[in-house]
Amino acid sequence: MALFRSLVVLLLLAAFSMTTGAGQAQTPEASEAPARAETGGAQTLEDILARQRGEQIDDSFRRTEIGDPGAAATMNEMLGTLGGASDSDVWRALRYNQADVQVSSRVAAAEVLMQDGGMRWLEFRSGPLKTYGGYLLLGMLAVLVVFFALRGRIRIDGEKTGRRMLRFSAIERFAHWMLAGSFILLAITGLVQLFGRAFIIPLIGREAFAPVALAGKWVHNNFAWPFMLALLMVIVFWLVHNLPNRHDLKWLAKGGGLFSKGTHPPAKKFNAGQKLIFWAVVVLGLSISASGLALLFPFQMPLFAVTFEKLNALGLPQLFGYGALPEVLAPHEEMQLAQAWHAIVAFVFMAIIMAHIYLGSVGMEGAFDAMGSGEVEEQWAKEHHSLWFEEEKEKQATASKKPAAQPAE
Amino acid sequence: MKAMYLAFAATIVLAVLANIALDRAGFSTEEVTSGPAVRLD
Repeated sequence: MALFRSLVVLLLLAAFSMTTGAGQAQTPEASEAPARAETGGAQTLEDILARQRGEQIDDSFRRTEIGDPGAAATMNEMLGTLGGASDSDVWRALRYNQADVQVSSRVAAAEVLMQDGGMRWLEFRSGPLKTYGGYLLLGMLAVLVVFFALRGRIRIDGEKTGRRMLRFSAIERFAHWMLAGSFILLAITGLVQLFGRAFIIPLIGREAFAPVALAGKWVHNNFAWPFMLALLMVIVFWLVHNLPNRHDLKWLAKGGGLFSKGTHPPAKKFNAGQKLIFWAVVVLGLSISASGLALLFPFQMPLFAVTFEKLNALGLPQLFGYGALPEVLAPHEEMQLAQAWHAIVAFVFMAIIMAHIYLGSVGMEGAFDAMGSGEVEEQWAKEHHSLWFEEEKEKQATASKKPAAQPAE
Repeated sequence: MKAMYLAFAATIVLAVLANIALDRAGFSTEEVTSGPAVRLD
Protein backbone atom coordinates (compact mmCIF):
# COMPACT_ATOMS: atom_id res chain seq x y z
CA MET A 1 0.00 0.00 0.00
CA ALA A 2 2.85 2.26 0.91
CA LEU A 3 4.46 1.41 -2.43
CA PHE A 4 1.22 2.29 -4.27
CA ARG A 5 1.02 5.65 -2.44
CA SER A 6 4.62 6.38 -3.37
CA LEU A 7 3.93 5.56 -7.04
CA VAL A 8 0.89 7.83 -7.08
CA VAL A 9 2.94 10.67 -5.56
CA LEU A 10 5.70 10.13 -8.11
CA LEU A 11 3.20 10.09 -10.98
CA LEU A 12 1.54 13.24 -9.70
CA LEU A 13 4.93 14.98 -9.33
CA ALA A 14 5.92 13.93 -12.84
CA ALA A 15 2.63 15.12 -14.28
CA PHE A 16 2.94 18.44 -12.39
CA SER A 17 6.50 19.03 -13.55
CA MET A 18 5.49 18.27 -17.18
CA THR A 19 2.62 20.74 -17.10
CA THR A 20 4.87 23.35 -15.44
CA GLY A 21 7.57 22.76 -18.08
CA ALA A 22 5.06 23.10 -20.88
CA GLY A 23 3.79 26.28 -19.30
CA GLN A 24 7.34 27.66 -19.11
CA ALA A 25 8.01 26.77 -22.75
CA GLN A 26 4.97 28.75 -23.80
CA THR A 27 5.76 31.76 -21.66
CA PRO A 28 7.69 33.96 -24.16
CA GLU A 29 5.05 33.60 -26.87
CA ALA A 30 2.18 33.87 -24.52
CA SER A 31 3.49 36.91 -22.68
CA GLU A 32 3.22 39.27 -25.65
CA ALA A 33 -0.42 38.60 -26.42
CA PRO A 34 -1.83 39.52 -23.00
CA ALA A 35 0.59 42.49 -22.83
CA ARG A 36 -0.69 43.86 -26.14
CA ALA A 37 -4.22 43.16 -25.04
CA GLU A 38 -3.52 45.36 -22.04
CA THR A 39 -2.31 48.21 -24.26
CA GLY A 40 -5.25 47.87 -26.60
CA GLY A 41 -3.05 46.30 -29.29
CA ALA A 42 -0.46 49.08 -29.14
CA GLN A 43 3.24 48.40 -28.62
CA THR A 44 4.37 47.43 -25.15
CA LEU A 45 7.15 48.84 -23.01
CA GLU A 46 9.22 45.78 -23.99
CA ASP A 47 8.72 46.61 -27.68
CA ILE A 48 9.97 50.14 -27.09
CA LEU A 49 12.94 49.00 -25.02
CA ALA A 50 13.88 46.36 -27.61
CA ARG A 51 13.80 49.00 -30.35
CA GLN A 52 15.95 51.32 -28.25
CA ARG A 53 18.44 48.48 -27.78
CA GLY A 54 18.65 48.37 -31.57
CA GLU A 55 16.99 44.94 -31.80
CA GLN A 56 14.86 43.97 -34.74
CA ILE A 57 11.22 43.77 -33.63
CA ASP A 58 8.21 42.41 -35.43
CA ASP A 59 6.25 45.61 -36.05
CA SER A 60 3.66 44.06 -38.35
CA PHE A 61 1.01 44.53 -35.66
CA ARG A 62 1.25 48.34 -36.00
CA ARG A 63 2.69 48.92 -39.47
CA THR A 64 -0.75 48.55 -41.05
CA GLU A 65 -2.66 50.44 -38.35
CA ILE A 66 -2.86 53.69 -40.28
CA GLY A 67 -6.61 54.34 -40.13
CA ASP A 68 -9.23 53.97 -42.82
CA PRO A 69 -10.61 57.21 -44.25
CA GLY A 70 -13.09 55.12 -46.28
CA ALA A 71 -14.74 53.94 -43.09
CA ALA A 72 -14.78 57.37 -41.47
CA ALA A 73 -17.76 58.48 -39.49
CA THR A 74 -19.75 61.29 -41.10
CA MET A 75 -19.03 64.80 -39.87
CA ASN A 76 -22.09 64.94 -37.65
CA GLU A 77 -21.25 61.65 -35.95
CA MET A 78 -18.98 61.07 -32.96
CA LEU A 79 -15.29 61.65 -33.94
CA GLY A 80 -16.35 62.40 -37.51
CA THR A 81 -13.88 65.27 -37.74
CA LEU A 82 -10.98 62.80 -37.47
CA GLY A 83 -11.66 61.59 -40.99
CA GLY A 84 -11.15 57.93 -40.20
CA ALA A 85 -7.57 58.30 -39.05
CA SER A 86 -6.59 59.31 -35.54
CA ASP A 87 -3.46 61.33 -34.84
CA SER A 88 -1.67 58.10 -33.94
CA ASP A 89 -2.76 56.55 -37.24
CA VAL A 90 -1.37 59.54 -39.14
CA TRP A 91 1.97 59.39 -37.31
CA ARG A 92 2.23 55.63 -37.92
CA ALA A 93 1.56 56.18 -41.62
CA LEU A 94 4.37 58.75 -41.69
CA ARG A 95 6.63 56.49 -39.64
CA TYR A 96 6.22 53.58 -42.06
CA ASN A 97 6.33 55.74 -45.18
CA GLN A 98 2.75 54.91 -46.15
CA ALA A 99 1.28 58.40 -45.88
CA ASP A 100 0.22 60.27 -48.98
CA VAL A 101 2.47 63.29 -48.33
CA GLN A 102 2.01 66.32 -50.54
CA VAL A 103 4.49 69.18 -50.26
CA SER A 104 5.02 72.41 -52.18
CA SER A 105 8.80 71.90 -52.27
CA ARG A 106 10.21 70.75 -55.59
CA VAL A 107 12.69 68.43 -53.91
CA ALA A 108 11.42 64.88 -54.05
CA ALA A 109 13.10 64.13 -50.72
CA ALA A 110 10.83 66.64 -48.97
CA GLU A 111 8.12 64.01 -49.03
CA VAL A 112 10.12 61.81 -46.67
CA LEU A 113 9.34 63.21 -43.24
CA MET A 114 11.02 60.51 -41.14
CA GLN A 115 14.15 58.58 -41.97
CA ASP A 116 15.81 55.99 -39.75
CA GLY A 117 19.40 56.27 -41.01
CA GLY A 118 19.82 59.84 -39.78
CA MET A 119 20.73 58.81 -36.26
CA ARG A 120 23.42 56.38 -37.41
CA TRP A 121 24.92 59.11 -39.59
CA LEU A 122 24.80 61.70 -36.80
CA GLU A 123 26.49 59.31 -34.37
CA PHE A 124 29.18 58.47 -36.94
CA ARG A 125 29.80 62.12 -37.76
CA SER A 126 30.06 63.30 -34.17
CA GLY A 127 31.90 60.17 -32.99
CA PRO A 128 34.32 57.99 -34.97
CA LEU A 129 34.67 60.39 -37.90
CA LYS A 130 35.90 63.24 -35.71
CA THR A 131 37.97 61.03 -33.42
CA TYR A 132 39.80 58.90 -36.00
CA GLY A 133 40.00 61.74 -38.54
CA GLY A 134 41.52 64.05 -35.96
CA TYR A 135 43.99 61.39 -34.81
CA LEU A 136 44.99 60.70 -38.42
CA LEU A 137 45.96 64.34 -39.00
CA LEU A 138 47.69 64.68 -35.64
CA GLY A 139 49.47 61.35 -36.25
CA MET A 140 50.77 62.53 -39.62
CA LEU A 141 51.95 65.79 -38.05
CA ALA A 142 53.78 63.82 -35.36
CA VAL A 143 55.40 61.53 -37.96
CA LEU A 144 56.64 64.57 -39.91
CA VAL A 145 58.01 66.24 -36.78
CA VAL A 146 59.84 63.03 -35.79
CA PHE A 147 61.13 62.58 -39.35
CA PHE A 148 62.41 66.16 -39.38
CA ALA A 149 64.04 65.69 -35.97
CA LEU A 150 65.82 62.50 -37.07
CA ARG A 151 66.67 63.24 -40.70
CA GLY A 152 66.68 67.02 -40.73
CA ARG A 153 66.35 68.92 -43.97
CA ILE A 154 67.37 66.81 -46.96
CA ARG A 155 70.20 68.88 -48.41
CA ILE A 156 71.66 68.92 -51.91
CA ASP A 157 74.63 66.57 -51.40
CA GLY A 158 76.87 67.62 -54.28
CA GLU A 159 78.28 71.02 -55.02
CA LYS A 160 75.78 73.44 -56.45
CA THR A 161 76.43 74.40 -60.06
CA GLY A 162 74.71 77.78 -60.03
CA ARG A 163 72.94 76.74 -63.24
CA ARG A 164 69.20 76.28 -63.24
CA MET A 165 66.92 74.28 -65.51
CA LEU A 166 63.19 74.53 -66.17
CA ARG A 167 61.27 71.78 -64.37
CA PHE A 168 57.68 72.94 -64.61
CA SER A 169 56.25 75.36 -67.16
CA ALA A 170 54.10 78.33 -66.14
CA ILE A 171 50.83 76.58 -67.01
CA GLU A 172 51.83 73.49 -65.00
CA ARG A 173 52.65 75.67 -61.99
CA PHE A 174 49.40 77.60 -62.49
CA ALA A 175 47.37 74.37 -62.37
CA HIS A 176 49.31 73.09 -59.35
CA TRP A 177 48.77 76.27 -57.35
CA MET A 178 45.11 76.51 -58.28
CA LEU A 179 44.69 72.95 -57.02
CA ALA A 180 46.79 73.64 -53.92
CA GLY A 181 45.16 76.96 -53.06
CA SER A 182 41.62 75.67 -53.40
CA PHE A 183 42.52 72.44 -51.59
CA ILE A 184 43.85 74.29 -48.55
CA LEU A 185 40.76 76.52 -48.38
CA LEU A 186 38.50 73.48 -48.76
CA ALA A 187 40.43 71.60 -46.06
CA ILE A 188 40.31 74.47 -43.56
CA THR A 189 36.62 75.23 -44.13
CA GLY A 190 35.74 71.53 -44.08
CA LEU A 191 37.49 71.12 -40.72
CA VAL A 192 35.72 74.23 -39.39
CA GLN A 193 32.36 72.73 -40.36
CA LEU A 194 33.18 69.42 -38.67
CA PHE A 195 35.06 70.56 -35.57
CA GLY A 196 33.49 74.01 -35.10
CA ARG A 197 30.92 72.87 -32.57
CA ALA A 198 33.48 71.00 -30.47
CA PHE A 199 36.44 73.36 -30.58
CA ILE A 200 35.61 76.82 -31.98
CA ILE A 201 32.25 77.53 -30.31
CA PRO A 202 33.73 77.03 -26.81
CA LEU A 203 36.45 79.55 -27.74
CA ILE A 204 34.51 82.34 -29.48
CA GLY A 205 30.87 81.59 -28.70
CA ARG A 206 27.91 80.68 -30.89
CA GLU A 207 27.15 84.17 -32.16
CA ALA A 208 30.68 84.76 -33.38
CA PHE A 209 30.91 81.27 -34.88
CA ALA A 210 27.70 81.59 -36.94
CA PRO A 211 29.13 84.05 -39.53
CA VAL A 212 32.40 82.08 -39.61
CA ALA A 213 30.48 78.87 -40.39
CA LEU A 214 28.35 80.65 -42.98
CA ALA A 215 31.40 82.14 -44.72
CA GLY A 216 33.11 78.76 -44.51
CA LYS A 217 30.16 77.10 -46.21
CA TRP A 218 30.24 79.68 -49.01
CA VAL A 219 33.97 79.15 -49.50
CA HIS A 220 33.63 75.36 -49.39
CA ASN A 221 30.79 75.30 -51.92
CA ASN A 222 32.33 77.69 -54.41
CA PHE A 223 36.05 76.91 -54.25
CA ALA A 224 35.11 73.37 -55.18
CA TRP A 225 34.90 74.52 -58.82
CA PRO A 226 38.48 75.80 -59.24
CA PHE A 227 39.59 72.65 -57.38
CA MET A 228 37.85 70.38 -59.89
CA LEU A 229 39.09 72.40 -62.87
CA ALA A 230 42.69 72.35 -61.61
CA LEU A 231 42.42 68.62 -60.88
CA LEU A 232 41.49 67.97 -64.50
CA MET A 233 44.35 70.20 -65.72
CA VAL A 234 46.88 68.38 -63.54
CA ILE A 235 45.63 64.99 -64.76
CA VAL A 236 45.99 66.08 -68.40
CA PHE A 237 49.47 67.57 -67.88
CA TRP A 238 51.05 64.83 -65.78
CA LEU A 239 49.27 61.54 -66.40
CA VAL A 240 51.79 60.32 -68.98
CA HIS A 241 54.75 61.14 -66.73
CA ASN A 242 53.20 59.20 -63.85
CA LEU A 243 52.73 55.85 -65.53
CA PRO A 244 54.75 53.21 -63.65
CA ASN A 245 58.13 52.15 -65.01
CA ARG A 246 60.89 49.71 -64.04
CA HIS A 247 62.79 52.34 -62.03
CA ASP A 248 59.93 52.76 -59.55
CA LEU A 249 60.49 49.48 -57.70
CA LYS A 250 64.21 50.24 -57.29
CA TRP A 251 63.33 53.71 -56.04
CA LEU A 252 60.87 52.30 -53.53
CA ALA A 253 63.31 49.56 -52.43
CA LYS A 254 65.80 52.27 -51.48
CA GLY A 255 63.10 54.37 -49.80
CA GLY A 256 63.81 57.02 -52.38
CA GLY A 257 66.97 57.88 -50.50
CA LEU A 258 64.82 59.75 -48.01
CA PHE A 259 66.15 57.82 -45.03
CA SER A 260 69.88 57.84 -45.79
CA LYS A 261 72.22 60.59 -46.83
CA GLY A 262 73.94 60.35 -50.19
CA THR A 263 71.54 57.76 -51.65
CA HIS A 264 69.86 58.89 -54.85
CA PRO A 265 68.00 56.18 -56.79
CA PRO A 266 67.48 57.12 -60.44
CA ALA A 267 64.14 58.62 -61.49
CA LYS A 268 62.58 60.29 -64.48
CA LYS A 269 60.46 63.47 -64.26
CA PHE A 270 58.52 61.99 -61.34
CA ASN A 271 59.94 59.47 -58.89
CA ALA A 272 57.87 56.61 -57.42
CA GLY A 273 57.03 58.65 -54.32
CA GLN A 274 55.72 61.52 -56.41
CA LYS A 275 53.80 59.04 -58.55
CA LEU A 276 52.12 57.66 -55.44
CA ILE A 277 51.15 61.20 -54.45
CA PHE A 278 49.89 61.89 -57.98
CA TRP A 279 47.70 58.78 -58.14
CA ALA A 280 46.41 59.43 -54.64
CA VAL A 281 45.45 62.95 -55.73
CA VAL A 282 43.75 61.60 -58.87
CA VAL A 283 41.79 58.83 -57.15
CA LEU A 284 40.92 60.73 -53.98
CA GLY A 285 40.37 63.97 -55.92
CA LEU A 286 37.91 62.39 -58.35
CA SER A 287 36.15 60.52 -55.55
CA ILE A 288 35.84 63.59 -53.34
CA SER A 289 34.62 65.59 -56.35
CA ALA A 290 31.90 63.01 -57.07
CA SER A 291 30.62 63.00 -53.49
CA GLY A 292 31.06 66.78 -53.36
CA LEU A 293 28.87 67.23 -56.44
CA ALA A 294 26.26 64.97 -54.86
CA LEU A 295 26.30 67.30 -51.85
CA LEU A 296 26.32 70.49 -53.95
CA PHE A 297 23.20 69.37 -55.81
CA PRO A 298 21.19 67.69 -53.03
CA PHE A 299 19.12 64.65 -54.04
CA GLN A 300 19.94 65.19 -57.72
CA MET A 301 22.96 62.88 -58.01
CA PRO A 302 22.42 59.76 -55.89
CA LEU A 303 25.60 57.69 -56.08
CA PHE A 304 25.53 55.05 -53.42
CA ALA A 305 22.59 52.79 -54.31
CA VAL A 306 24.07 52.42 -57.82
CA THR A 307 27.56 51.79 -56.43
CA PHE A 308 26.29 49.25 -53.88
CA GLU A 309 24.43 47.43 -56.64
CA LYS A 310 27.64 47.09 -58.64
CA LEU A 311 29.66 46.05 -55.57
CA ASN A 312 27.06 43.41 -54.70
CA ALA A 313 27.14 42.09 -58.26
CA LEU A 314 30.93 41.77 -58.00
CA GLY A 315 30.51 39.99 -54.67
CA LEU A 316 32.97 42.30 -52.89
CA PRO A 317 31.02 42.87 -49.64
CA GLN A 318 30.41 39.12 -49.38
CA LEU A 319 34.13 38.48 -49.93
CA PHE A 320 34.89 40.45 -46.78
CA GLY A 321 32.22 38.65 -44.78
CA TYR A 322 29.51 41.28 -45.03
CA GLY A 323 25.99 40.82 -46.28
CA ALA A 324 24.78 42.48 -49.47
CA LEU A 325 24.81 46.27 -49.24
CA PRO A 326 21.42 48.03 -49.47
CA GLU A 327 20.44 48.75 -53.06
CA VAL A 328 17.43 50.89 -52.19
CA LEU A 329 18.25 54.01 -50.20
CA ALA A 330 16.11 56.92 -49.05
CA PRO A 331 17.18 60.26 -50.61
CA HIS A 332 18.46 61.40 -47.22
CA GLU A 333 20.51 58.24 -46.78
CA GLU A 334 22.21 58.98 -50.09
CA MET A 335 23.15 62.44 -48.79
CA GLN A 336 24.30 61.06 -45.44
CA LEU A 337 26.51 58.46 -47.12
CA ALA A 338 27.86 61.12 -49.52
CA GLN A 339 28.80 63.34 -46.57
CA ALA A 340 30.40 60.48 -44.64
CA TRP A 341 32.40 59.31 -47.67
CA HIS A 342 33.37 62.90 -48.54
CA ALA A 343 34.78 63.38 -45.04
CA ILE A 344 36.60 60.02 -44.89
CA VAL A 345 38.28 60.67 -48.25
CA ALA A 346 39.07 64.24 -47.16
CA PHE A 347 40.92 63.07 -44.03
CA VAL A 348 43.07 60.60 -45.99
CA PHE A 349 43.66 63.26 -48.65
CA MET A 350 44.72 65.86 -46.07
CA ALA A 351 47.10 63.45 -44.35
CA ILE A 352 48.82 62.63 -47.68
CA ILE A 353 49.01 66.28 -48.71
CA MET A 354 50.59 67.19 -45.36
CA ALA A 355 53.49 64.90 -46.23
CA HIS A 356 53.64 66.38 -49.74
CA ILE A 357 53.71 69.95 -48.40
CA TYR A 358 56.45 69.01 -45.93
CA LEU A 359 58.74 67.47 -48.58
CA GLY A 360 58.04 70.27 -51.03
CA SER A 361 59.01 73.00 -48.56
CA VAL A 362 61.02 72.63 -45.34
CA GLY A 363 61.76 68.93 -45.83
CA MET A 364 63.99 69.19 -48.89
CA GLU A 365 66.39 71.87 -50.03
CA GLY A 366 65.67 73.09 -53.55
CA ALA A 367 62.32 71.31 -53.91
CA PHE A 368 60.13 74.40 -53.61
CA ASP A 369 61.89 76.08 -56.57
CA ALA A 370 60.30 73.51 -58.90
CA MET A 371 56.89 75.00 -58.19
CA GLY A 372 58.04 78.46 -57.11
CA SER A 373 60.10 79.87 -59.98
CA GLY A 374 59.78 76.66 -61.99
CA GLU A 375 63.58 76.38 -62.29
CA VAL A 376 65.66 74.02 -60.18
CA GLU A 377 69.36 73.83 -59.39
CA GLU A 378 71.00 71.39 -61.83
CA GLN A 379 72.67 69.48 -58.98
CA TRP A 380 69.28 68.98 -57.33
CA ALA A 381 67.89 67.65 -60.61
CA LYS A 382 70.92 65.35 -61.03
CA GLU A 383 70.45 63.92 -57.52
CA HIS A 384 66.66 63.51 -57.37
CA HIS A 385 65.69 63.02 -61.02
CA SER A 386 68.87 61.79 -62.70
CA LEU A 387 67.18 60.18 -65.72
CA TRP A 388 65.04 63.24 -66.38
CA PHE A 389 68.16 65.42 -66.01
CA GLU A 390 69.98 63.36 -68.66
CA GLU A 391 66.96 63.46 -70.99
CA GLU A 392 66.76 67.24 -70.69
CA LYS A 393 70.50 67.63 -71.28
CA GLU A 394 70.25 65.44 -74.40
CA LYS A 395 67.35 67.54 -75.67
CA GLN A 396 69.38 70.69 -75.14
CA ALA A 397 72.40 69.17 -76.93
CA THR A 398 70.25 68.04 -79.88
CA ALA A 399 68.64 71.45 -80.13
CA SER A 400 72.00 73.22 -80.13
CA LYS A 401 73.38 70.86 -82.83
CA LYS A 402 70.52 71.58 -85.23
CA PRO A 403 71.66 74.02 -87.92
CA ALA A 404 69.96 77.37 -87.84
CA ALA A 405 67.18 77.65 -90.40
CA GLN A 406 68.53 78.93 -93.69
CA PRO A 407 66.62 81.68 -95.41
CA ALA A 408 65.14 80.63 -98.76
CA GLU A 409 67.23 81.67 -101.69
CA MET B 1 56.19 83.00 -58.32
CA LYS B 2 54.05 84.88 -60.85
CA ALA B 3 52.21 81.66 -61.82
CA MET B 4 51.37 81.02 -58.16
CA TYR B 5 49.91 84.49 -57.53
CA LEU B 6 48.03 84.35 -60.83
CA ALA B 7 46.62 80.93 -59.90
CA PHE B 8 45.43 82.20 -56.50
CA ALA B 9 43.76 85.20 -58.15
CA ALA B 10 42.13 82.96 -60.77
CA THR B 11 40.92 80.62 -58.00
CA ILE B 12 39.10 83.48 -56.27
CA VAL B 13 37.65 84.80 -59.55
CA LEU B 14 36.42 81.33 -60.54
CA ALA B 15 34.79 80.75 -57.15
CA VAL B 16 32.91 84.08 -57.35
CA LEU B 17 31.89 83.45 -60.96
CA ALA B 18 30.71 79.92 -60.14
CA ASN B 19 28.52 81.31 -57.39
CA ILE B 20 26.99 83.98 -59.64
CA ALA B 21 26.51 81.57 -62.55
CA LEU B 22 24.81 78.87 -60.47
CA ASP B 23 22.63 81.44 -58.75
CA ARG B 24 21.48 82.88 -62.08
CA ALA B 25 20.95 79.42 -63.56
CA GLY B 26 18.34 78.72 -60.89
CA PHE B 27 20.46 76.59 -58.56
CA SER B 28 20.10 78.76 -55.47
CA THR B 29 18.86 76.85 -52.43
CA GLU B 30 15.73 79.00 -52.32
CA GLU B 31 14.76 78.25 -55.90
CA VAL B 32 15.65 74.57 -55.80
CA THR B 33 13.74 73.89 -52.60
CA SER B 34 10.57 75.87 -53.26
CA GLY B 35 7.64 75.27 -55.52
CA PRO B 36 5.95 77.61 -58.01
CA ALA B 37 3.48 78.68 -55.32
CA VAL B 38 6.29 80.31 -53.33
CA ARG B 39 7.17 83.97 -54.00
CA LEU B 40 10.89 84.43 -53.36
CA ASP B 41 11.35 88.16 -54.05
